[in-house]
Amino acid sequence: MSTVSIEEVPVETTSANPAPASERSMDVATRVIPCLDVADGRVVKGVNFLNLRDAGDPIELARKYYEQGADEITFLDVTATVENRATTYDMVRLTAEQVFIPLTVGGGVRSTEDVARLLASGADKIGVNSAAIARHELLSEIADRFGSQVLVLSLDVKRSPRTESGFVVTTHGGRRETDLDALAWAREAIERGAGELLVNSIDADGTKEGFDLELVSAMRELSRVPVIASGGAGRLEHFAPAVKAGADAVLAASVFHNAELTVGQVKQALRDEGISVR
Amino acid sequence: MTVSIVDYGLGNLGSVFNMLRRIGEDARIVSEPSELAASERLLLPGVGAFDVGVDRLERTGFADGVREFAASGKPLLGICLGMQLLFERSEEGGARGLGLMAGGSRRFAAGPSLRIPHMGWNSIIPVREDPLLKGVEDDNRFYFVHSYHVVPDDPAHVLAESDYGGRFVAMVRHDNVAGAQFHPEKSHAFGMTVLRNFAQQ
Repeated sequence: MSTVSIEEVPVETTSANPAPASERSMDVATRVIPCLDVADGRVVKGVNFLNLRDAGDPIELARKYYEQGADEITFLDVTATVENRATTYDMVRLTAEQVFIPLTVGGGVRSTEDVARLLASGADKIGVNSAAIARHELLSEIADRFGSQVLVLSLDVKRSPRTESGFVVTTHGGRRETDLDALAWAREAIERGAGELLVNSIDADGTKEGFDLELVSAMRELSRVPVIASGGAGRLEHFAPAVKAGADAVLAASVFHNAELTVGQVKQALRDEGISVR
Repeated sequence: MTVSIVDYGLGNLGSVFNMLRRIGEDARIVSEPSELAASERLLLPGVGAFDVGVDRLERTGFADGVREFAASGKPLLGICLGMQLLFERSEEGGARGLGLMAGGSRRFAAGPSLRIPHMGWNSIIPVREDPLLKGVEDDNRFYFVHSYHVVPDDPAHVLAESDYGGRFVAMVRHDNVAGAQFHPEKSHAFGMTVLRNFAQQ
């Protein structure tokens, strides 16, 4: 994912913990998830909000990645203003009519009503980020009404000496630090019913130097739910280490949008490392 | 033949409907049990908690409607929670299911390397031949997302298994009533094959 996201960055790091990849999750394939940051109905890319560039039509890109073998698609509504919500619902609906893999939608989700509308539009999972930081109960409300399987906690994480674990939760695309220890927040979110963690490293995001493997490991160790690693993917060889550190899924944005890598190439690179993919 | 999709307020009806249309099959969403008599194929989707599903089926009148449809001998397919609802009970709640098959659902036992829910693309292993499995017998991957899995009392009802910390039941059949724990509507080409098999069987 890029750092443009204001609101919900559905990034999940995965299990850093225990079992080697060969024993993990038995036969479940490691998922490769392209992420589309969307503003006003267009995919955007850029660093922070300063230089957003148009990267294409979200529906066309989603279909392209679907045809390349993507295991899921994540949409992140990075503007998520009230006025463009209708555009988001239309985008999800039109995508769901032609893309038959799970769709996760995040960005600006503030209430169970927002969740209901996104699910009715065709989303399968909902990423929640800053609204849950502001009001933790939102997570329980969503999980109680729709089930944990729809609820993805999105975290934008930065290294910081201010917290016990050394990882702090940020908002506003990483520009504002909260007081939340990232690991404590992930633990609380799971207790409140989050069914998946999307862990985006703000430090790694945009560097193209690889995922933050320590962060992935730390999240895996505490999490009994799937972990999606996000932030930092730049080359094919970056993906397998994230899985070996415990990620159940790997998420990337710009390497796919820039056509530097295809989903198929990433899967082959994982397969070459003995990791099960679809 | 037209596939009727039960709208009882749970589940991603749109996805099932969209996929059926994409593969050129007729589909319609039925919101009234009275519409079931004229249906040729019935699909019971479902996402969410077992007791909520039972409650919705009963309050909408679909509980009796689906049982009557099953008794007619016409093909019925339950998906995910829709499959678990075909059974008598679930560890997830205290409500009584439709009871079209004996048995119930159990929760996966979490372990250090076993994440719950079971979420992602997994293979199924057919244990008998079936029209629904035509074309996916060998190589396949389906999208699963669930924390409970069915345990039929009668092993003869098991159609296919999958592996997640041990074998579990991924598909069932009892005469004209079948179920799939995975989501064909989210399973790309293999999902299309299964739904086509159902529409054309």
